Parts: sequence; C-alpha cells; structure tokens
Amino acid sequence: MIGQRKNKLKLDWIVISLYFILVGFGVGNILSSSISGEEIYLFDLTKLYGKQFIYVFISLFIGFIAMSIDVKFYERFSSLFYLISILLLICLFFFGKRVNGALSWFPIGSFNLQPSEFVKITVALAVSKYISDYQTDLRRITDQAKLFLIILIPILIIILQNDTGSSIVFFSLFLVLYREGISQNYIKSIFAIIILSIITLKFSFLTSSIFAIISTIIYYFFKGKTKNKIIKIIGVSVLCLATCYTTNYSYNNILKNHQKNYIKVWLNLEKDPLKIKKMEKTILYNINESKKAISSGGLTGKGYLKGTRTMGNFVPAQHSDYIFSTVGEEWGFLGSVFIILLYTLLILRILYLSEHQKNKFSRVYGYSTASILFIHFLINIGMVLGLTPTIGIPLPFLSYGGSSLIAFTILLFVFLRLDANKINEW
Amino acid sequence: MRKSLFFILVLSTSVIFILRLFYLQVYATEPYSIYEDNAIRKVYTYPKRGYIYDRNGKLLVSNQPSYDVMIIPGEVKALDTTEFCGLLKISKEYFLNKVERTSNYSRRIPSVFLAHLSKKDYGFLAEKIRKYEGFYIQKRNLREYNTNIGANVLGYVAEANRSNIEKDPYYSTGDIIGKQGVELSYEKYLRGEKGIKFIQKDRFNRDIGSFNNGESDINSIAGNDLTITIDSDLQAYGELLMKNKKGAIVAIEPSTGELLSLVSAPSYNPNLLVGRERSKNYYELYKDSIYKPLIDKGLLSTFPAGSPFKIIVGLIALQENAVSDKTTIYCDGAYIYGRNKKSMKCHCGGGYRNIYNGISQSCNSYFAEVYRKTINMDNDVSRNFDKWSVNVKSFGLGNFLNNDLPVGKKGIIPDSEFYNKWYPDFRWGPTTNLSNAIGQGEILVTPIQLANMMASVANKGYYYTPHIIKNIEGDSIDRRFRGKNIIKIDKQHFEKIEIGLKEVYASGTGKLLNVPGIEICGKSGTAENFTRLNGKKTQLTDHSIFVAYAPKEEPKIAIAVLVENGYYGSTWAGRITSLMIEKYLKGGITLKKIEKLVINKSLENEYLKPFSGKPFSINKL
Repeated sequence: MIGQRKNKLKLDWIVISLYFILVGFGVGNILSSSISGEEIYLFDLTKLYGKQFIYVFISLFIGFIAMSIDVKFYERFSSLFYLISILLLICLFFFGKRVNGALSWFPIGSFNLQPSEFVKITVALAVSKYISDYQTDLRRITDQAKLFLIILIPILIIILQNDTGSSIVFFSLFLVLYREGISQNYIKSIFAIIILSIITLKFSFLTSSIFAIISTIIYYFFKGKTKNKIIKIIGVSVLCLATCYTTNYSYNNILKNHQKNYIKVWLNLEKDPLKIKKMEKTILYNINESKKAISSGGLTGKGYLKGTRTMGNFVPAQHSDYIFSTVGEEWGFLGSVFIILLYTLLILRILYLSEHQKNKFSRVYGYSTASILFIHFLINIGMVLGLTPTIGIPLPFLSYGGSSLIAFTILLFVFLRLDANKINEW
Repeated sequence: MRKSLFFILVLSTSVIFILRLFYLQVYATEPYSIYEDNAIRKVYTYPKRGYIYDRNGKLLVSNQPSYDVMIIPGEVKALDTTEFCGLLKISKEYFLNKVERTSNYSRRIPSVFLAHLSKKDYGFLAEKIRKYEGFYIQKRNLREYNTNIGANVLGYVAEANRSNIEKDPYYSTGDIIGKQGVELSYEKYLRGEKGIKFIQKDRFNRDIGSFNNGESDINSIAGNDLTITIDSDLQAYGELLMKNKKGAIVAIEPSTGELLSLVSAPSYNPNLLVGRERSKNYYELYKDSIYKPLIDKGLLSTFPAGSPFKIIVGLIALQENAVSDKTTIYCDGAYIYGRNKKSMKCHCGGGYRNIYNGISQSCNSYFAEVYRKTINMDNDVSRNFDKWSVNVKSFGLGNFLNNDLPVGKKGIIPDSEFYNKWYPDFRWGPTTNLSNAIGQGEILVTPIQLANMMASVANKGYYYTPHIIKNIEGDSIDRRFRGKNIIKIDKQHFEKIEIGLKEVYASGTGKLLNVPGIEICGKSGTAENFTRLNGKKTQLTDHSIFVAYAPKEEPKIAIAVLVENGYYGSTWAGRITSLMIEKYLKGGITLKKIEKLVINKSLENEYLKPFSGKPFSINKL
C-alpha cells in the first residue's frame, strides 16, 4: 500500500549504536560499583545492577513504543503532555516523597518515580511546538514572554520542591532559543550575569563593579557607531551593578549555609584551615574521594571490577551521580576519554541531524534534546572532575536510576522517530 | 554564528574534560602501588616463630596459641551483662570500664577486650561468644616455655617498641620481637618473614573481603628452629645449686667454645614473661634492686679476677723468660716493696715458692715478684707493660668476646696509656700497680671471660669464641665460631701451669673438693669488692670465685663460678665447681654431702647487710 511505503522509517543507526554502547557501559559500571566481591546474578533485584538491568528492558520497551507512534501525535498533543507533566509536578506537593531534602519522588511500590525527569521531555515538546507554530514570532516581546513562561513554570515548581539541581537543566533550553533567533542580548546577558556573579563571589562586590563598568566602556568603545552611546553605557553599567549587588545580597542573605558551602568549595573561598578540615569530612569529601579515585586509575585503569576505591565504596553515590569516578578508576584515562568522546559524538550527531530537519518542530526538538543531554554531561562530569560546583544530576544513560534512564530514552527515541520521518516530508 | 555556537560549546567542553583527565590521571598521578592504596588494608600474617632446642635435642621453647576476646564497640548490641560477665569470669566494673575505654578509642576498629584466655576457657567460649554481636575471639601466637630454667639464656619476646620500629622498617606496631637472650640475638632466624594479606576496605574502614581473591597476598615464611649449646640438665642443676645466692656459673666446652651452661643467679621462671600477667611480673623482676634477676650476671658482672689471674701472670712471665720453672723465692707471709716499704700480705703459709707451688698455694709474694720481673725487664717498663697487656688480652680479657649473646662487658685490662693518665711522665712502675699481679687493683673481668680463660688454658694455647648457637635449621652457624683464637704462649708453659692447677686439688685450696675418678685442674679466687653506701666506699664480704677444667686429659668442660660475697673461693664457688663437673661428666652426683650443703646455703643475710642501715661486719664464715 502506498500509505505504508510512505511511512517507511530510516533510523539513524549512529545514534542508536551510541545509545546502546552507553547504556551497556552504564550497567557494567553500576555492577562494578555496587558489588564488593560477591557472586553476580544479573537479575538479582535486591542489587542495584539487577534493578538497572530491569530498567534497561523497560526503557527499550517504552522507547520502542515511542518510536512506533506517529510524528503528528507528538506535535498535536505536546501542549497536553506539558499540562499533564506540570500537574504531576504539582501533585508532588501532596503525594510526594522527600529524599535527601528534595520533594521529587512518587513512591510506587518499592520503586520511586521522579516526574521532573519526564518534564524535560514535555518542556522540550512544548517549546518545539510553540516555536514551530507559524504564528509565533520570536522577535515579539509577548511571544518571548510566553516561551519563557513555558520554561520557567517547571523551574519554579522544582526549586520550590528543593531540587535546585534538576531545575538548572531547563536553562539549557536558552541555547535552543538562541539558535531559533531570539535576540543575542539574552545570551550576552546570561554570560555577563554568570561572569559577574563569579567575580562578585570570588573577589568582592567592589571588584566586580569596577570590572563591569570598565568592560562596558571598552565594549562600546570597540563596537563602533551606535546611537545614544553614553546612555547605553550608563544603562548597561547600572544593570551590571544591580547584578553584582543582587549576587552579593543573595549570597549573604538568601542562600542557606550548605549552599554557600558548595560555592565556597567550588571557588576556593574558605581560607580558615579548621573550617576546611571540617568541610573535607562533609562536602569536600565526595569531591576529594572522586578525584582520588579517578586519579588512581592512571593511564589504563585498574581493570574492570578491580577498582579498589570503587569496591570499597569510597565515593558516595558512585553508582548514580558519581558513576564517572568508577569509569575513571577502572578504565583509566583511555576509558574516560572514550566515554567523553562517545557523549561528544552523540550530542554533535543530534545537532547535525537537527540542522538537517526539514520540519521546524523536529529541528527545535532535536536541539532541545542535544541541549538537555549537553548540560547533564557538562555539570555531571564537570562536578566529578572537580571543575563545576557540586550539583547532583545524573549522567545520561550511565547513572543508576530508572526514572532518568527511561526519560532519557524517551527523549532520544522521540527524536529518532522525528528524524526517521524526515524522508517523508517535503 | 547562531548555528555554530552550540557545536563550539560541546567541543570545547570535551577538550577541557580531556585535559583535566590528562592532568588527574596521567600528569599528576603516581604509578599505582597497592601499598600506597588506602582502600586496601594490609594485614600481616605471622609465621611460626622458630623453636629452640638444647644441645641434646630437648625442646625448650615452642609456641602456644592464645585467644583474646575482641570488641568492636560500634557493633555491640544490648546484652545480658550479668550472664556475659559470668561467662568471661570478669566483674561488671571491668566490663563497663573496658567498653567505655575501647569506645573512646574507636567504635569501628577492633580492640582487645580480654587478653589471653586459657585453652579451657577458649573451648568453652568459642561457641557461646557468637551470640554476642560486636565480640569475637582472635587467635594469637605466644611463646611457650617447656622448661622453667634458662630465662637469661633464652630471653623473652615482647611487642616491638617505637625505637625497634624506627631502627628496622621490617617491624610495625604490634609485631613481636626478641628482647633478650637467644630470642634477641637470633631474632632474624626465629621470626621468619611475615606475610601480607590485602583486604578491601570500604569508606567506613570496615573490611569487606580479601582483595583480588587473595592472589596478591604474600605468604609468610616460617622461622628457623635453633639448637643451642646449652645442656639443659646441667643448666638446671646449676640454677639449683645457685639457689638463694647471687652470682653466675659459666661452663664452656673447650674443644668447641660451646657454652654448656650460663647460669645467672637468682634466675626466674621464663613463663612469668608470657601471658596476661606479663607486665606485672616484669615489673616485679625489674624493681628488685637487690638481686637484679633481669641482669645476666654471667655476662655483665664485673669484679676483680683475684687469684685465678695468677695463671696468666705466670704464663706470661714464663713466655717472656722473666722467670723459669727453676726460679724460686722465699715467702715470709708478706711481700715488701717500693721506697716506702709497702707490704702485700700473703696467706700461703710461707716457704720457698716456685711456679708449681706458687699456683697451688696461691702465693701472693711469688707472683708479685714474677710480675715485677716481667714488667721491669730491660728497664723498658712502658713497652713491657703494653706487651704484657696485649698478652693478657689475647685470652679474651679486657674486651668483648664477640660472641652471639646480646649483652656483655669489656672488663678492664689496663695498658701503659691507662697509667700515663694517672701518673704522667712515666712516674709509675710495676710497684705502682703491683696488685695487678694477684688480679686485684684495676683488673676487672666477667664470669664468661674467666671461663673462656680456663678454656684457653685447657686447650693449652687457643680458644674458640664462646657461643650459644649449635645449629640453625637450614643455615650454618657463623664462621667466627669455628676458627681458633691463638694465644702466643708456648704449650710447654701451659703444661707447667697445669701441674700447679692439678696440685690445687692435691694439696691446695681444692683438696677437699676432689671428685672421685676425675682429674680436675682448677684455681680458687677471693675478690675484694666495694660498694658505695651513703656516698662512702664500703667494703663488702669477698666474692667467692673458682675456675677449673676437667678432665685433665682432653678436657670436656671449662668452668668459672662466681658467688657474690661468698667469701673464700673454695667455700662456695669451689664446691659448686666440683658438683657441676661431676654432674656434666658423670651425669650423677656422688658428693651428696657437698650437694646438700650447697643447695641449703642461703647468702640472703650477706646481701641484705648493705641495705639494713646498720653497721655490719664482713668476711666471717
């Protein structure tokens, strides 16, 4: 039949292969990080690797379903999905379970479901749908506002549920907006805010203010002809000062002690040796142990199932957020670089495919997928390597956890479905 | 730009991560060493410590398992204290006190809760302890002494202290190390090589299993068994004879230099320094300042050699041709010498004296004359004296014997420099130190040196370095114990002296000490000695000394006996010498009367005199 031939799919096997390699490697490392010398039974549900094995099958099953659904379905119902997911987030306030202070889980039997992982998919769909709507004009302030609202609502809810780490992921969607033509000023502002905040925290309010004003003047000096130069310089400077002041104020008056400590550790702010000693036993402990484990791997690693720090469970959460320390210890520099290259290749491949989409919805969704994967990659490995602040989000496909594995699988497979459909579009 | 920003971000992130990984894993990392890995606990496995046998193959020292009740305070659950204390036979106070102290130390690391269970208690407890969480029984190896003699020879083991650990990186805290006697001098053979077991830890420092299935473990190597030269029967007999006396007996086999017995009195039961009461017992022995049982008197007591030294004075004079066996002097009970007509008393009874009856009657006048002649030859006092000093030292006196015992003393044999310091510009001569001629004055020796001197005389011109080791399992004993130390004195002179030494038992001080059927050559000695009481030099009762070897033909035993403050040489030391010789050569005792006399004699009053605080008299029989 003509209709069937028309719907013939051309799957991107590069992405699929990368997915399977990463997931397989993930189960292997979770196995290594959750056992200590005992016998291995793959489907032992009392063990983390056994559970993860089950999650892989569930993911594949749901991924397969996601791939068999028609493209139009996603486009048409994206708003509905979005609403449902937001409702689910709100339901957490009533039925949620608090784990490590964050109200992010629905207890379902002996398993916990984390809706925020799935919200990433629905927000990506909603953003794609909104941007691809022919009525939307990203240069219009009202349309920009609506788009921001789509992204900010889940962020706000998740922050209220004390899961700041998960909320940061959504900011990555600004990369998508930038690609789709939102004013450059937004991106510039975000970078400016990040840099000014860091300088304010690391040095002082005064330093960052002076730095901000001088940078603004230099910027406009080299920019060449612009209207109302003086007014703009003054305006931008005031905004910069406001940023510095806000940062300073939030740090001193709003942030809680443990959040301050994370920043102190990241920016090396603490000089009191006694307090550093105390931190070494608490928040610095994770990061130090993680660095030690990775460092001890050396060039070629200690070998699979032979990581002594992994076996000794020295790095807390080494099966979930800190899984990369196991990779570093057991597979060494070579194995770690291999994993980093896998992620780089996966993200770049998704970007490449997105750029070649004929359908705007698919392109934006592809971009969203890439940006969500990228920010997890950046923050998680950055944290394990001691480069970025300690923010507990999983490493896609590798970290232990059913919700995140299933959600990332759906996120990716929906894109694969959209991509596979491009030969059918004209 | 809008299209490429994301690509650039992803690529630069990867590059930064790879550089960071390179820094962490390749640049800033050391090659992996399991010893540096603090995720791996290194547990030493201790091999069997070598056994010690006596010269006849009798097992003296072996090992025994000991069981300690261990506690991991953090794992202790609520328990029935009364029942538990009853089981361990401890008081409730001990329980509470111990739990608190171990908890303060560490809640996760095991500590000893109750040390050294008896074998009986262990059998009883082994099953029952399992029901109490946080407690378990750990096995250790302790020394087991299958004898209660020879504590000073065998020595003891204890945990290595900080200075042991600093000196030798082999040792770590908790290791056992030999502290005295053979345990110390043959530590390297006895201990073997400890092995290492690698155990995977978790981040709470708990053991979670063996690392790499034990394939990386290093096996321990068992210690070597030792056979020592001591005859344990003779040693036991010596200790019995020395009961309630202070002093030493050193017996050497002249043909090998092997130490047959090395008695230090009073001795103690070596089993006292094993087990739960160890430190208490050690302290008791340590603080006994009268008898000093921890001091090996055979090796460490120094005293004036007394009359036995006349043997050497005579030998050197004969060798140097200062006198011959024809030389005769007349003794009238005192030897008058020097410008100030000083006199040295003599108890030989008076009459014409030559080298033979000079020795047998121990004539002071004769040896004073002989000594003067030796030193004054050719009027070159300094050279003669140094030559004399070297000759004396060639008997092993005045220096360490270089044996295989961990302690020793040099004693003193002066040379010309010694006197130059006291009397500069050679304002001294043989009359200045005439008491050297009779083994008093500056001369100081130890019992083992005297015994070795007698071995040299028995061998007529050489000795083997005295040693305690007879055989090392799987190795050979040190070469230095197999070479002769030659004394540059002709054999004929020894034969002349021997006639005198034999005469001692015929007509001299030993005439009441004969052992039927055995020809003994010996010499008695009485050494004046002093102590300081309230800062005042005070003379005490003389030391009783006797040296001998037997039988005269092909001597089997050379012996020196010191009985501190025992007065005449023949009184106690002489009797003990005869009994020891008979015991060793015949295996049994015929001198029953003497034996009974010796065993029942206590010199306690003599030793307590200086501590009584009252005036006392000395040298009374």
